[in-house]
Amino acid sequence: MDYLQQLLGPAWLPIWTLAKIIVIVLPLLIAVAYLTYAERKIIGYMQIRIGPNRVGFFGYRLIGLGQPIADAVKLMTKEIVLPTGADKPLFLLAPVLAIGPALAAWAVVPFTEDWVLANIDASLLYIMAITSMGVYGVIVAGWASNSKYAFLGAMRSAAQIVSYEIAMGFALVGVLMAAQSLNMVDIVNAQKGGFWQWYWLPLFPLFLVYLISGVAEINRAPFDVAEGESEIVAGFHLDYSGMAFAVFFLAEYANMILVSALTSILFLGGWLSPLPFLPDGFFWIAAKMSFVLFLFLWFRATFPRYRYDQIMRLGWKVFIPVTLIWILVIGGFMQTPLGYLFH
Amino acid sequence: MLDNYFAILLFILVGLAVGVGPILIGGGIGWSLGLLKPNAEKNSPYECGFEAFEDARMKFDVRYYLVAILFILFDLEIAFLFPWAVVLKDIGVFGFWAMVVFLGILVVGFAYEWMKGALEWE
Repeated sequence: MDYLQQLLGPAWLPIWTLAKIIVIVLPLLIAVAYLTYAERKIIGYMQIRIGPNRVGFFGYRLIGLGQPIADAVKLMTKEIVLPTGADKPLFLLAPVLAIGPALAAWAVVPFTEDWVLANIDASLLYIMAITSMGVYGVIVAGWASNSKYAFLGAMRSAAQIVSYEIAMGFALVGVLMAAQSLNMVDIVNAQKGGFWQWYWLPLFPLFLVYLISGVAEINRAPFDVAEGESEIVAGFHLDYSGMAFAVFFLAEYANMILVSALTSILFLGGWLSPLPFLPDGFFWIAAKMSFVLFLFLWFRATFPRYRYDQIMRLGWKVFIPVTLIWILVIGGFMQTPLGYLFH
Repeated sequence: MLDNYFAILLFILVGLAVGVGPILIGGGIGWSLGLLKPNAEKNSPYECGFEAFEDARMKFDVRYYLVAILFILFDLEIAFLFPWAVVLKDIGVFGFWAMVVFLGILVVGFAYEWMKGALEWE
């Protein structure tokens, strides 16, 4: 490696960083592909169906594991329709605006104590900032399509995302108070000491608010009015086809995995093992993320869709008061000798 | 330290490239295989098979503006709360009560908009 470093000179740093980024992005994209497969399979079994089981590799069916690859190839060969009325540059820019932030947020996500690309002190702030950018993709897509359904879907989706972002932000403030750091590695290390020390327990209301807001933030069922197929067909990405649609799809599922990773890091102890005698490691964060993702799929199979006014009421009139009160409760307790309960 | 931020910049560029790449590839495949066959019906906005009528640039509910403005206010509060939350341990009781006063003013505004019905959707 030293030899390579000398050979490349000043180009070493960008190339080495790029290699590390690809090591994160490539498994992420594969995870996105197989999350769609897992979704169809799990919801299938919950509805006593089998789900996709035909497409395999080299003539073997392999319980349908080839399905995501086949879907990707199909989408690649589909025509990208540019509607006549659409604002074409913006129309093509919107998917890029959606996927950029969804992937860029992964720059600061720690997988274990050492496996973190950019260990910056303000990593949580960066996550908050960059995930907020995702709403531009939605708004621009809905506006540029020049279609009524897409426009309505974009308005609903944007209002919903910004509403739940507030509840999410307040929930994060509680975590910061307990961890006293914005650095996500420090936040996980502050939860050391086994299952009962993870923040889900002392910050239980905030954990619930964060998890449910996360579902709303990524427009998943039961908060998926933005794409409510029975009323506005598919919402903001209605007029997209082929790879332009696929990019939106990637962004949505990458965001899903991101929320599961953040929930695991902030409330479920990240890479820490639940039992003190077991070693910490990447396995644990992967297991926790899979658990949270399974919850998302389970929600979709179980709950009927909320009405839009119910969604807004839940966000503004339930979650914001609950989080505000719990922040004051934590802050008050930290001034007393009982403060040790919260960290 | 600066290396870390360089990595983030590079990651943002990779993220955008992951968006641009597939669209170029998909468009390129469509174009080179002659799959692009636009016609007036296909390129009209989708309205469940009906002929599209009226303009999509229509009026929409003023409450969306209201939500956007409230979002800016509350997001600013969160931006103020972040540094406070990190150092709360060090600034102690005085810091706690200072933020209680600040949040109190916020809650008065929140209660007012609640009473006024700004949060109602019917």
